[in-house]
Parts: sequence; structure tokens; C-alpha cells
Amino acid sequence: MASILTNLFDGVAYGMLLFVLACGLAVTLGLMNFVNLAHGAFAMAGGYICAVLVNNSGWPFFLALPLAFVGSAAIGIALERTLYRHLYARSHLDQVLFSIGLVFMSVAAVDYIMGSSRVFIKLPAELEGQIDLFGVGIGRYRLMIVVICGLLTLALQLILAKTRFGSRLRAAVDDPRAAIGLGINVPQVFAFTFAFGCGLAGLGGALSAEILGLDPYFPLKFMIYFLIVVTVGGSSSITGPFLASLLLGIADVAGKYYVPKVGPFVIYTVMIVILLWRPNGLFGRTAAR
Amino acid sequence: MTALSDVSTHAMASARWRISEVAFWVLALACAFLFPSRYLIMTDIVRLGLFALSLDLILGYAGIVSLGHAAFFGVGAYSAGLLALHGIITEPVIALVAAGLVAAVLGFLTSFLVIRGVDLTRLMVTLGIALLLEALAERFSDITGGTDGLQGIEMQPILGLFAFDMYGKTGLFYSLIVLFILFLLARRVVHSPFGLSLRAIRNNPLRAAAIGVPVNRRLIAIYTLAAFYAGIAGALFTQTTALASLDVFSFERSADLMLVLVIGGTGYLYGGLIGAVVFKMLQEFFQSITPQYWLFWIGLVLVVIVMVGRARIHRWVLFVPNLIIRQFAGRKAVVAAPESDVS
Amino acid sequence: MFNRRKMLLWAAASAVLPGLCGSVPAQAEDAVKIGLILPMTGGQASTGKQIDNAIKLYMQQKGDTVAGKKIEIILKDDAAVPDNTKRLAQELIVNDKVNFIAGFGVTPAALAAAPLATQAKIPEVVMAAGTSIITERSPYIVRTSFTLAQSSTIIGDWAVKNGIKKVATLTSDYAPGNDALTFFKQHFTAGGGEIVEEVKVPLANPDFAPFLQRMKDAKPDAMFVFVPAGQGGNFMKQYAERGLDKSGIKVIGPGDVMDDDLLNNMGDAALGAVTAHLYSAAHPSQMNKDFVAAYKKAFGNRPGFMAVSGYDGIHLIYEALKKTGGDTNGDKLIEAMKGMKWESPRGPISIDPETRDIVQNIYIRKVEKVDGELYNVEFATFEAVKDSGKTKK
Repeated sequence: MASILTNLFDGVAYGMLLFVLACGLAVTLGLMNFVNLAHGAFAMAGGYICAVLVNNSGWPFFLALPLAFVGSAAIGIALERTLYRHLYARSHLDQVLFSIGLVFMSVAAVDYIMGSSRVFIKLPAELEGQIDLFGVGIGRYRLMIVVICGLLTLALQLILAKTRFGSRLRAAVDDPRAAIGLGINVPQVFAFTFAFGCGLAGLGGALSAEILGLDPYFPLKFMIYFLIVVTVGGSSSITGPFLASLLLGIADVAGKYYVPKVGPFVIYTVMIVILLWRPNGLFGRTAAR
Repeated sequence: MTALSDVSTHAMASARWRISEVAFWVLALACAFLFPSRYLIMTDIVRLGLFALSLDLILGYAGIVSLGHAAFFGVGAYSAGLLALHGIITEPVIALVAAGLVAAVLGFLTSFLVIRGVDLTRLMVTLGIALLLEALAERFSDITGGTDGLQGIEMQPILGLFAFDMYGKTGLFYSLIVLFILFLLARRVVHSPFGLSLRAIRNNPLRAAAIGVPVNRRLIAIYTLAAFYAGIAGALFTQTTALASLDVFSFERSADLMLVLVIGGTGYLYGGLIGAVVFKMLQEFFQSITPQYWLFWIGLVLVVIVMVGRARIHRWVLFVPNLIIRQFAGRKAVVAAPESDVS
Repeated sequence: MFNRRKMLLWAAASAVLPGLCGSVPAQAEDAVKIGLILPMTGGQASTGKQIDNAIKLYMQQKGDTVAGKKIEIILKDDAAVPDNTKRLAQELIVNDKVNFIAGFGVTPAALAAAPLATQAKIPEVVMAAGTSIITERSPYIVRTSFTLAQSSTIIGDWAVKNGIKKVATLTSDYAPGNDALTFFKQHFTAGGGEIVEEVKVPLANPDFAPFLQRMKDAKPDAMFVFVPAGQGGNFMKQYAERGLDKSGIKVIGPGDVMDDDLLNNMGDAALGAVTAHLYSAAHPSQMNKDFVAAYKKAFGNRPGFMAVSGYDGIHLIYEALKKTGGDTNGDKLIEAMKGMKWESPRGPISIDPETRDIVQNIYIRKVEKVDGELYNVEFATFEAVKDSGKTKK
């Protein structure tokens, strides 16, 4: 029993992590209709920023985390202003070509600057080990992930649903021309959203170094996972990818624990079945394009 | 184009061989004779070109995006490998066709999953199928050799006459001939009424259905054919390298393929071949300069291609050849604009 | 739709010509060429870089001329994909006329090149890949790295003798991992030990948590771990996170998991892990101290066992050339390499004249803190261990 709960908890933590990593992609893909395969590169940037700050400059971990967010967001906005915005209107194939090119560049650049070995972030002692909760082992680090990601999800949901910015974004997405007519600065809204998504990825990257490992090939290795989260979840809301991430995380962990021999099949099979059942994802808008 | 001109005239006109096409194949053959020290990379290009041609059939003509085309490549590769390894079919050409057929069967079966859904869904379903196959191949390591790949494949001479040599000469000519034959077939197919109906589906499936094109059946047919092509490309891979390992299924292979085709341009059959040449040459060039960081420069080239715009680059590249053809053929210079993309 | 695009064909054609012409090899007289094929990009890149670094270091120290011949290294990246390896090896042999092929980060890559070495009759010096069968695939293969059988059998024997009765195993699911598991099992169960849980982890695996939970629930005395160099860090981090260190489950295994390259970043969870391996950066010989210092100075981090394998590989090539007096005949070189003995940073090693595989000391080490840094401190030595994967037959 205890191990079931521990597994469930691990799955939830893993899923939450995937969500933070991928939700920026859900926004760019679902809301802005831009195929940004370079999303993982921003996550990697955040991870490395955090690692350098903590390991080399001796910053405390919790101070470096927000910096990872800010750093990736800054890179995101710089690239959005210089490159991405020219491509919003281009075909998806162009966008794929472009963002893969960016991934290649980022991989080689990080390899050049940071080396190809895995990087670890030195954690404060209070995040190490497990706490025993009624016989259920709960990893402290994973607990922190669940807390941070849970808060973030709530905040995101609130921002999108309740704030002025949220309604502007939704308007800009639904009909950019009408939104401009209403005096909404659509490019600005998009740029801001893009940067925010990148920032989240950066934060996710910093958090995931401990669990997924951080090396220059991060964006390529996890591109598939991000895409799975977004397609399975459907990209029209935050809830879809969130539930998809949880599902994916739990399925993956449970698959590996209970049937380690067929572990890798579980994720892909789940994905294919869901996509056949609901081609637009669990919470997709009904076939519109 | 003049509206409502006779469809059959149109089809026949576009199916006519042009000088530039002939020149392309003559040049390809000339390269094979001119650069005896580069047989291997050229074989690589030919294989990749065939593989990209296969993707072009579904992406360029039917509008099906696939990130898992390596599934068929891999199945073809392993089929050819297993056939040769266990001595079931030792003659390479028959084995090649057999491997292609195995891939085609898989293509037929999976086509039912793929024709559902929109682009992104198709992308992920195809990718998922390839990844599943990779996991399967890894799991059944007693058949596939697992991560080590199939070991000890020995190829018999082609038709019992031409043995594969170390310099890759036989391999290159063999691949080139296979590519040419399959290209002719593909050319015939896409210029046939069947091919035209595919384009109608790509441009607007609803309208195509409304004028009586059996959309799903056509898509299944072309997907199966493309799988056959990819399987042949995979089998060529195994036969010319005497290797088959798990990476034939890998995501990277499918993704590279997509890059190759997009660089060359979709929907006119030569795109994959040209893309393969350009991509491999770039890779080879950058790798010889910096074996560690070549990925960066490839990435930069891709970004530049997109930022400048593929149409514009094609125009620049074609400036000189355009001049030449104007001299020789005396026709109006033709500006090569890339076809409309499927988004 | 009519007249488009055809020009692209011309364009493509004109693009081919310079590309193909560009690489006509320049032949230098009296040079010995070594084609070095390593994974410099992709998941195995750190292996390739360590070996490349070590070779550069060696050539800096010893000069680039041997027996009157200049040594020229041609580095190629195969990204650990065997068909690349094969093509590159073939081109190096045919076009560049190399006298050695060397490197090979993973087993499939080494195997892919084997028939070429046989055909071309040139030595293939394997500097990383560690599956037993490799050297049997061609009479021209010589290995300076290790085989997994060497360290796995020793740790199996050691575990039984040191009161470990129940072991759970966690190994990466590919040839080296399976080798490690098989040999460990043989020796451990022969000595009366019991395997209580056996988990194979997919090679490309992001999260170890569920597998570790399984280990924990099996409650063994120790867990036998093999993951490829590079994944060890993540593994140990999660091992600690799961509290396995506190529940008294020790980590034992071949030394790959405790690669010096990463060890120092693993955190204190690694303390006390006992592994058997060929090399530790803390090996107490003057030669090793110098090697570690020089490597650190040149590249900024600690050399791992891959670096040592590369260092010894190039040394072997140098020595063989000295012995043949600069003759580059493949058969003579292989003959010269057979039975060669030398002192390496890892300790005394030799090339088995029968199998052309490496014979080396295997050390049992424990992770301890030395001057504030984590090191594998050697405390027992098994001398001149051959590859038992082959000696059995």
C-alpha cells in the first residue's frame, strides 16, 4: 500500500514537472499557433543559469530559481523580438525548420561553453532525502516540485481567467484583427506571453536538473515528451496539458514500477490510444482549423 | 495557369520530361564515375534521397505530415538484415522487394490510425508508432540483437554477379539504379489521375470528397506506397552497410528526414533528392571543419534559410542555371518558386 | 504549376561538384595517420571528449614524432551511430589511407568497423567499448579499455566474501549492461549469494525513481548497479533522494556508475559505495598523480576511466610503432602490440597475446572524501585480471 502511494506521489511530481516544462509550448502552439520545437532549449538555458549561479557563484538555490525564470524569459523575449515574430505567419514547416535550427545551435553552443558532461545543481541540505508520512516515503525535493508547480498552475489559471491581461490574450488569440481593432496591442501581448512561456520552461529546466539530468542534449531528448503532453492534453487551455502531464507522469512511473519489462511501451501506447480516441487531445477544441 | 484548361492536357504536359530533369540524372550518374573516392557518402545521399522521396509522396502530394517515417525505414532495414542473416532470401534484389513489402504491410495496417485526425495528431501518432517499434526491437533482442544491432550480416552478390566491395562501388550503382527505377514509378504515379486526386485531397479534403474522390482509400493507398518506398530505402541501408541497429527507428532519423525534405521543397519529387544532397554536403563540410560543434553551423544554416525565405534562396541559387538554360534551350527563363507548403 | 522548380535540379547539380571535389586527401610522406572515430556529439559525447582530450595531452607530452614518422590524427564524429562509424572508417581507410583506426565509443560502433579492419589489415584500437565479444570479431582488434566481465566478476566474488547475501540488480538494458549482469550473477550466486530482484532499465531513461522504489521494496543487502558512464550522477542523486542510503542498501557494481568525471558532483550520497574498476583518479602512483595534474591543468576537470583508456590507446600505438621501427604494416603492428606490457596511470597493464584484449589490475574502491572532494579510494587489488568472458571458453 505504502509503495502504491509513494509511486503515485512520484508520478504526480514527475507529471507536474513535465507540465511546467511543457506549458509554455502549449501556449505558443495552442494559442499562438506556432510550432516551437526549440522550447526545450529555453528549459535548458534556465537549468544552466541556475547551475552556474548555484555551483560557481555560490547563490542559494531558492534565489537562483527565480533567476532561471527571469534569464530564460529574457532570452525568450530577445529572440521573439528579433526572430520569432517574423515567422508567425509562415507555414508550419518553416517554423519546424527554424526551431530545429535553433535547437541545434543551442545544443552545440552549450556544449562549447559548458562541456558535454552532465551538470548537477548543488542542493541545500533541507531538500535532500525523504520524509516518512504515515509509512509513505515522500521525497523532499519532489514535494517541493509539487508545491511550486501546483501554485504556478493555480496562478496561471487565475491570470488567464481573471485578469485583464488574460482576457486580452484570449481575445488576441481568438481573433487578432478584431483585437487590434479594439485597441489591444497584439504583438506586445504575444511577446509577453512568449517570454512568460520561456520563463516557465527555464524554471522547469532548473527544477528538472535533479530528476531528468541536465546536459547539452536536453532539448532534443525531451522534445518528444513536451509534444506528447501538448498533443494529448489538447492545446486550447491550461487544464488539458496539466491533466495530460499528470497522466503521463503517473503512467510512466507506474509502468516502470509494476511492469519494468514493458515500461517504455506504456507512454507511447497511452498516447496513441488517446489520440485515436480524441484526435484533438483530451481537452481540444473540436476539430477547427 | 489558364483556368479550366483540359485536365488531361495539363497532366500530360506536366508529365513530360524536361531537359533539366534529364540533366539531373546524367549529372548524378556522372558523379558516380567522377568521384570514385566518395562512393560511400554518395550512397548515403542516394539512400537518404530515396527515403525523402518516400516522405514527399505523403507529405508533398497527400499532405500527411509524419514524424515517424523511420518506422518503415527500420522495418525494411531489419527485414533485409534478417533475411540475409538467416539465409532465407540471399539474393539482394529479391530481398529488397520482400523487405519493401513487409514495410508496405505495416504501412497499410498503420494507415488506418494515421488518416484520422489533424496535422499535430498525425505527427504524434506516426512518431508514437516509430518509437513503439524501436522499443519492440529493443525488447525482442534475441531476434533483433537489441542495442548491438544485427551482427554478422553477409551480403551475397547482386543477381549472383556483382559482389559488394569495400569501396562501395557496387553499393552505389545498385542504390542509384534502385532509386532511378523507383523514381520513375513515383513519377508515373504522381502524374496519373490518382496523383492528381491526391493533390486535390491535400488542397481541400472536403471539396475532394464532394467531387467524389474516395479520400480515405486514396490516402491509405499512398501511405502504403510510401511505406514500401521507405522500406526499400531501409533495406538498401542494410544491404549496402551490412548493418542494422536500433537507431534505424530513431526520432532523429525521422526528424532529419523532415529537414531534408523541407530544405529541398515538397511536392515535386526532386525536393527530397536535392535536399539530401544539400543536407549531407553541409553536414560533411561542417563535420570536417569541426567534428565537435558542427551541429551549431547546421543549425545556423537552417535558421538563415528560414529567415531569408526558401523561395528567395531558390531564386538566387537558380540565377546562373537560369541564364544557361536561356542560352541553350532558348525558352523563357523559368523561375523556380517552391510549391505551396502544407501547413 | 507548369514551369516551376526545374531549375532547382540544375542548382542541386552545381552544388554537388564543389562538395565532392573538396575532400581530395593530401598525402604526406612519412606520416602515420590515425583515424580517430569517436562520438563527439549526442548522448555519448562526454566519452568521446575525454578520449580526445587524453590523446591530445599525450601528444603534447610525448611529441608527435615516433620512429622518425610524424603522427597525424584525423578526428571524426560518428555520434555513436554504427552506420556512421562504418562509413567514416571506410572513408578513412580508402581515402585518407590511415594506418590505424581507433576510438569507438560504443560496442555496435566497434563491431561495425571490425570487418573493415580485417579487410584492410590495419589495427583497430578500441578505446572505450566494453563488451567481451569485440576482440573476437577481427584479428586486428586490440583493446585498451576494459571488459565488463573483468570488473563484474570481481565485485561478485568480493560481495560474497564480505557478507552480502541478498542483492538486487539494476542494469541498463544493452549489451554491456547485460554482460555486467550475467557475469556478476554467475560469480555471486556461485558463491552462495541470492539475487532478490532484477531490473533492467532502458538505456535512454530520464527518471530512475520507480526502479529505485522497486529496489527499496525488495530490501536487499546491497544493490548491484550498472549504468553507462554519464548516467551515474543522476542515479546516485535519486538513490539518496529515495533514502536508500539511510535504509542501509549499499551500492556495489562495476565502476562505471562512479565515473571520476562526475563523482565529485554526486553529493555525499555516494560516500561508501563500493565498486570494482580499472581506474581511479586517486590511484596512488606518482605517474597517475602527474597524469591527473596535467589533465586538470589542460582541460579543467578530472580524467575519468575513458580518458585513461584513450591515453593508453595512443601509448600502445606509439610503442608499437617504435617496436616496428616505423613500419606501418598492419600484421607487424598487431604482432608488436601483442604481449606488450607497460605502466599506465591506472597501474600495470598488458595486452593479452592470445585475445589482444587488455589485462589489468582491478581495484576494489570505496568512495571517500579526500581533501573535501569525493574520490574512489582503492583498498584491495586483484592483479592482472583477464577478460573472463573469453577465458571461460
